[in-house]
Amino acid sequence: MKKRTGDPTEEKKFRKLRALNKSVIPEYFYRGSIDSRSKRAGMTRVLLGALKSSSASLPESFKISLLLVVIFTLPFFDKNPYHIDIMVTAGIFMLLASGLNVIVGFAGILNLGYAAFYAMGAYTYALVNLHLGVPFWAGLWVSGFVTALFGILLALPAFRLSGDYLAIVTLGFGEIVRITLNNLDRITGGPNGLLGIQHPALHFSSYQYQFGVRSEPYYFLVFSLVVIVVFFLKRLESSRLGRAWVAIREDELAASCMGVDLGWAKLSAFGIGGFIAGIAGCVFAAKQGTVSPDSFDFVVSVMILAMVVLGGLGNIWGALLGAFMLNLLPEFLRGFDIYRMLFFGIAMILIMLLRPQGILGERRHKEEFHSQSSR
Amino acid sequence: MKKESKLADFTILSLKNVTKRFGGVTAVDDVSFSIHSGKVVSLIGPNGAGKTTLFNCITGMAYSETGSIYFTDTLLNRLSPYQITGKGIARTFQTIRLFKHMTVLENVLVGAHSITRGNLLNALLVPRWLKAEEKRVRTHANQLLEFFGLSGKSHMLAHNLSYGHQKKLEIARALAANPKLLLLDEPAAGMNAKEKEELLKLICSIRDRGVTILLIEHDMKVVMPISNHVVVLDYGKKIAEGTPKEIQNHPQVIEAYLGKRNA
Repeated sequence: MKKRTGDPTEEKKFRKLRALNKSVIPEYFYRGSIDSRSKRAGMTRVLLGALKSSSASLPESFKISLLLVVIFTLPFFDKNPYHIDIMVTAGIFMLLASGLNVIVGFAGILNLGYAAFYAMGAYTYALVNLHLGVPFWAGLWVSGFVTALFGILLALPAFRLSGDYLAIVTLGFGEIVRITLNNLDRITGGPNGLLGIQHPALHFSSYQYQFGVRSEPYYFLVFSLVVIVVFFLKRLESSRLGRAWVAIREDELAASCMGVDLGWAKLSAFGIGGFIAGIAGCVFAAKQGTVSPDSFDFVVSVMILAMVVLGGLGNIWGALLGAFMLNLLPEFLRGFDIYRMLFFGIAMILIMLLRPQGILGERRHKEEFHSQSSR
Repeated sequence: MKKESKLADFTILSLKNVTKRFGGVTAVDDVSFSIHSGKVVSLIGPNGAGKTTLFNCITGMAYSETGSIYFTDTLLNRLSPYQITGKGIARTFQTIRLFKHMTVLENVLVGAHSITRGNLLNALLVPRWLKAEEKRVRTHANQLLEFFGLSGKSHMLAHNLSYGHQKKLEIARALAANPKLLLLDEPAAGMNAKEKEELLKLICSIRDRGVTILLIEHDMKVVMPISNHVVVLDYGKKIAEGTPKEIQNHPQVIEAYLGKRNA
């Protein structure tokens, strides 16, 4: 029987790759013979190709509805409250990552203080609920708009600064908000935070449904919000404003010469990003029933940013996937006990090494690939 | 090839005593000239003569302290770049400044920013007029791409285009704003003879669409056949102005380019 040899072009590619990586990756990494490797590579390629073509042949609307069905039926199959609770947190971070993606991914403005927006949303609902008795559904809007306003306030220095300098300003803003919350005892309760925030409730004429402390209702609430946010972000992405944002990210000066009002565009990016963080914070406060400053640490800002970058800057689905992964990964790594965060860090480094553009990458790159392969 | 558009002849842009200083360096020194509509006007001069700075002053990217720049009868001095684009002036850049990671089509769509009006609120709500506008602007962009021979590449990322195509796309993007005045900053730089010839034809057909063109160019093979009028800058000062023929024989221009005869 004739011995099967690998595809010559595949082999060449592999050799090239190997030469390229030699300096970074030790030799033993390549111990398997080229022949068997390329055969394996060929097989996975066929499998991947089949998977890709089958998923590509399905219309997007079908894929989305399938995803929706999976998400909204999950609590009926998985009765483990721990799982659902983690998914609620993941959902809140999906909102946050989506919001930050507008600022960092679309408009290209590095924001290192996004947790401050999240905190604003949470504290706004806590305060208006405790002092004014505003119910959750109205509080959602109040939190959204107050935080959007705050975002716009932060965007004002963005007119004059850009890049690293602006990142420092946002970093400072994030810390100011956290420290203020920590020290403004009379209003925010200081390090103890605010207690006794009302959980949401639904009214059907005479019947009242209390969300309470169980996770399921919040699961449906938060994922409904994710769906709504994604729906509107999709619209924004393909709009005139969405294009202007990306143009600013690519080349600010050229964008302004194309008639883009830089100030207004940045302001609206911060406004939208703030609004989404506001509602995420509101949901968080309503679910916990309590808020305290340590939920809005600098680390939270960094984690949200990592979710956006990991999923693929500027990709709406990427932000969701990044949030999902970075929330679930530490849970899967619980087996490693005290080394958990070490493995978590390693996993993040590996993902960034293997997919520097993020797991999903930019939408446009794929669009280009598809249009070329179909021609 | 040299031909004037049949449009009414009026002064579309006039510069009066425009000066721009960077610290101690006077990049543009008391320059005055005016451009008539429907013409191709070239701005030439040795390297560092202040041509691009003058472009920046016109488009609002640099602020000229003294002097005045009028576009028809609007004073441009204090306007921002985006406002000036809205008035009907578009430009290209000396070094290509495309939106690299956007598709070719999207680049042109951003170029049409100033002639569309969808904002944040209606981007979320998508009223019927916005759908119509989006459709219209996409047709407009596709027509432009076709005009530039880029229609087959509309879904490619801009930075994956060849150099010549990128240069073309820059012009297409600028034209998407339906400008009355188009500023081209060294469009022929780095092009081969064949591409230059193509570019000449392109500029002529843009002019025939009724767009006035102000051109910075080093290559006299490009400047001479298409220009109706040439302005020469040297060390920030205007040293000569006239028809291409007059400029070719102008002693000061020859001196600026080649040095003094008896030096």
